[in-house]
Amino acid sequence: MLRFILTRVSLVIPTFLGITMLAFFLIRLVPGDPIETLAGERGIDPQRLEQLRIEFGFDKPIIVQYGIYLARVLQGDLGKSMITQESVLTEFTALFPATIELAFCAIIFALALGLPAGMLAAIKRNSIFDHGVMGVSLAGYSMPIFWWGLILILLFSVQFDLTPVSGRIDVLYYIEPTTGFLLIDTLLSDEEGAFWSAVRHLILPTIVLGTVPLAVIARMTRSAMLEVLGEDYIRTAKAKGLSQFRIIALHALRNALIPVVTVIGLQVGVLFTGAILTETIFSWPGVGKWLIDAIFRRDYPVLQGGALLLGVVVMAVNLLVDLTYGLINPRIRHNR
Amino acid sequence: MTAETLDTPAVAVPTATPPHPLREFWGYFSANHGAVAGLMVIVGVVLVAIFADVIAPHSPYLTDTTVALKPPFWQTGGTLTYPLGTDPIGRDILSRLIYGSRLSLMIGIAVVSISIIIGTVLGLVAGFVRGIVEIFIMRLMDIILTLPSLLLAIVIVAVLGPGLMNSMLAVALVILPHYVRLARAAVITETSKDYVTAARVSGAGPIRLMFKEVLPNCTAPLIVQASLGISTAILDAAALGFLGLGAQPPSPEWGTMLADAREFVLRAWWVVTFPGLAILITVLAFNLLGDGLRDALDPKLKR
Amino acid sequence: MALLEIENLSVEFPTQGGIMRAVDGVSLTLEKGEVLGVVGESGSGKSVTMLALMGLVPFPGRVTADKLSFNGRDLLTISDKERRKLTGKDVAMIFQEPTTSLNPCFTIGFQLTETLRLHEGMDRKTARRRAIELLEQVGIPSPEGRLSSFPHQMSGGMNQRVMIAMAIACNPKLLIADEPTTALDVTIQAQILDLLVTLQKERNMALVMITHDMGVIAETAKRIMVMYAGQVMEERAADDLFRSPQHPYTAALLAALPEHSHDGRLATIPGVVPGLYDRPRGCLFSPRCAYATEHSREVRPELRSWAGGQIRCHYPLGDPTREARLNADRPVPAKEIAS
Repeated sequence: MLRFILTRVSLVIPTFLGITMLAFFLIRLVPGDPIETLAGERGIDPQRLEQLRIEFGFDKPIIVQYGIYLARVLQGDLGKSMITQESVLTEFTALFPATIELAFCAIIFALALGLPAGMLAAIKRNSIFDHGVMGVSLAGYSMPIFWWGLILILLFSVQFDLTPVSGRIDVLYYIEPTTGFLLIDTLLSDEEGAFWSAVRHLILPTIVLGTVPLAVIARMTRSAMLEVLGEDYIRTAKAKGLSQFRIIALHALRNALIPVVTVIGLQVGVLFTGAILTETIFSWPGVGKWLIDAIFRRDYPVLQGGALLLGVVVMAVNLLVDLTYGLINPRIRHNR
Repeated sequence: MTAETLDTPAVAVPTATPPHPLREFWGYFSANHGAVAGLMVIVGVVLVAIFADVIAPHSPYLTDTTVALKPPFWQTGGTLTYPLGTDPIGRDILSRLIYGSRLSLMIGIAVVSISIIIGTVLGLVAGFVRGIVEIFIMRLMDIILTLPSLLLAIVIVAVLGPGLMNSMLAVALVILPHYVRLARAAVITETSKDYVTAARVSGAGPIRLMFKEVLPNCTAPLIVQASLGISTAILDAAALGFLGLGAQPPSPEWGTMLADAREFVLRAWWVVTFPGLAILITVLAFNLLGDGLRDALDPKLKR
Repeated sequence: MALLEIENLSVEFPTQGGIMRAVDGVSLTLEKGEVLGVVGESGSGKSVTMLALMGLVPFPGRVTADKLSFNGRDLLTISDKERRKLTGKDVAMIFQEPTTSLNPCFTIGFQLTETLRLHEGMDRKTARRRAIELLEQVGIPSPEGRLSSFPHQMSGGMNQRVMIAMAIACNPKLLIADEPTTALDVTIQAQILDLLVTLQKERNMALVMITHDMGVIAETAKRIMVMYAGQVMEERAADDLFRSPQHPYTAALLAALPEHSHDGRLATIPGVVPGLYDRPRGCLFSPRCAYATEHSREVRPELRSWAGGQIRCHYPLGDPTREARLNADRPVPAKEIAS
């Protein structure tokens, strides 16, 4: 088992190097001098430019420059925002809980609806329910979620006045960030109604961000379930006289979950992509909105560092999924 | 006729022959109502795009502030002159949608073409050359796949500068790994088969092998992937447009139209509803078509 | 009362090209403790017949029969719940691919005790003890350690032994073995066959052995049923059938056995089992039959009693009037048969 974990972890190293390389070289693709790019549009005096040039190692060969960059990244130094002069890592860690909270709620939403819907569709194959689930999920899969968010606002906020339009919580509450997760922080604070305000703010973004994963999970669960239900060991389980429920909930589900877990892992990337759009629509103060804002402010250190950090997070989650995969699938665990 | 023939009433006519492969493909494909609907919608969108100049009642760029934010014709205040209403600066939404279909189709087809050509070449090279070249190409593709697709596209566009061309390039790069993987897998499975060995023994060179033996055998998955790729390309390009990184105003690109309309969501539902609906329907149609093609072409799924 | 009675059983699968009849009018009775061999080429419907009996015909198959009763219970009208009480307890089945027939996500111990706890209501401890006994009986060394193994950690032969242990766990009255040795090494095949025969004798359970290999059942089965393209072609006592086969198909199968080969050449049956698109109008075997006539190509023979068994042939080999009738029905010239 330890060997399995170690091989998996070691496989991540080239990917990590690749991501840092991408982040490093992309900034150099920006037309113009990289230091001037990093310094922003407000201009810089030649003396300071030279000083920065040496500080960043721009007088050295490119491979050495990359080495310096990598060393700094490994120490957690991702540079400073040109606008706020705040460390990129500090800003990221301050905003990331908001994104995680949203992404977590979205994936729970997607799982809570997608798994049962996919399973039922597989069991009742070719029924009206099956066709309905497949149709709806294909629509969800094709959904431009930036539009979906606007439509939901139109419906629930404008038409029925049920949910707020933007932000994480009503402005009348001030919550001291302890964990950064508002759902927890509001419960810890003694502000009355703050928790429900946070919940109401979460509903629409959760649905918007959860739509694509929901569709993918439902489709994947269905097809994995269908495949598993045709396996020899399911026939054996039936031949043993086990109840339909036990066959599905134990013998089939356990096997069907293996591909589904992989898909959920892949959805993490989709979630962060979606978070960028969702946060923009709902003015959700997370890293997605932060990145987009950075682009329009031409805040390149934030863009470079933020993209790198998001890439690493996705990579880490994929690794975690890979390890979980080993846990639920004994064949993998023993073979490596 | 004896009782014996009555015994097997539903069995196919004894003289029936297995259908021709193309006919069989069409049999499977047309049995899938969703796929046929998708195909019909796509044909419709293509026709609209081709005859945009004839169909569109107005110019997509013509502004007229006297008719700003007119609702669709069935609502009070709407007129048939602007069937789907007008946007905040008085442009006809229907005309913009019609011209937008040109952009979306162009984006989808161009992006997928670039990706297929580069991806197939890279995949074929990786599959045939193997060794360090293969490792390098495949590792790079793994990294691209690891990163969230839109994030990567956003970073690329942010670096290259916003615009339609750059966003198309970015999306093409993001969907590239699928084609590389497909082509490489096809090379590796096909070259291990006997007929390729036979061709090689009879003196066929690698280039000839690639184009005569391997490519024809991976066209089916490539077609499926292309159909699904067009939907991804349209969706991602629209998302970039929505974020202000893709096609720039006053372009009638659907995502860009939504970006313009965003602030009016509380006042005029029609300016946000129709462009998004156009994206959804087109993307859905390509996904339906892709699914239908896959089911019809993939013998494993046939029952 | 017979243990198992099947009358006119059919199984149909709707497909794109029409309805595929996998099993076509099979009738069969089986006594307690009897050993029956079911023989036929791949696709002859022998497995599906038994799956229909177990209620395991895969979607979208349809099962119809005039009678289907086991141990006095009518399986056609039985409720699902009642049926589940029977399957796995009184009727058990083992399959061709032992490794894929076991669930890869659960240990051998779990899968074995599951049956015991369900049908015998044993608690965890008792079931575990019984499971060890069962593994011992099927000849698995150090059974206690094996309980925590996963199927992929064991060989095919070992997995088949586990399947057998699972099948006999509740002392079934009927065990169906669907090509139990096909996926195994030749040396293991004999061991598994011996094991099945020993267990059958010890427990006096009825055994249905499905195989495409006449050699496999020659020594085990008392009675043999030969199937072709979903139909029963011939059915009679084993020694009788081996000594004087009545159906040309049976005769051809026997002639194809290696020990019957003359001057080192193996006899074969030309052609293949008819599929959905080339199902003959008359006798299903007629395209490959050396004695086919105009009559047998046009009119499908009924399954009828013959010489102590059943046969589906116009011209059984032991029929004294055969030659005369064959001549009367004008056999088709030999060269046409070959095509």
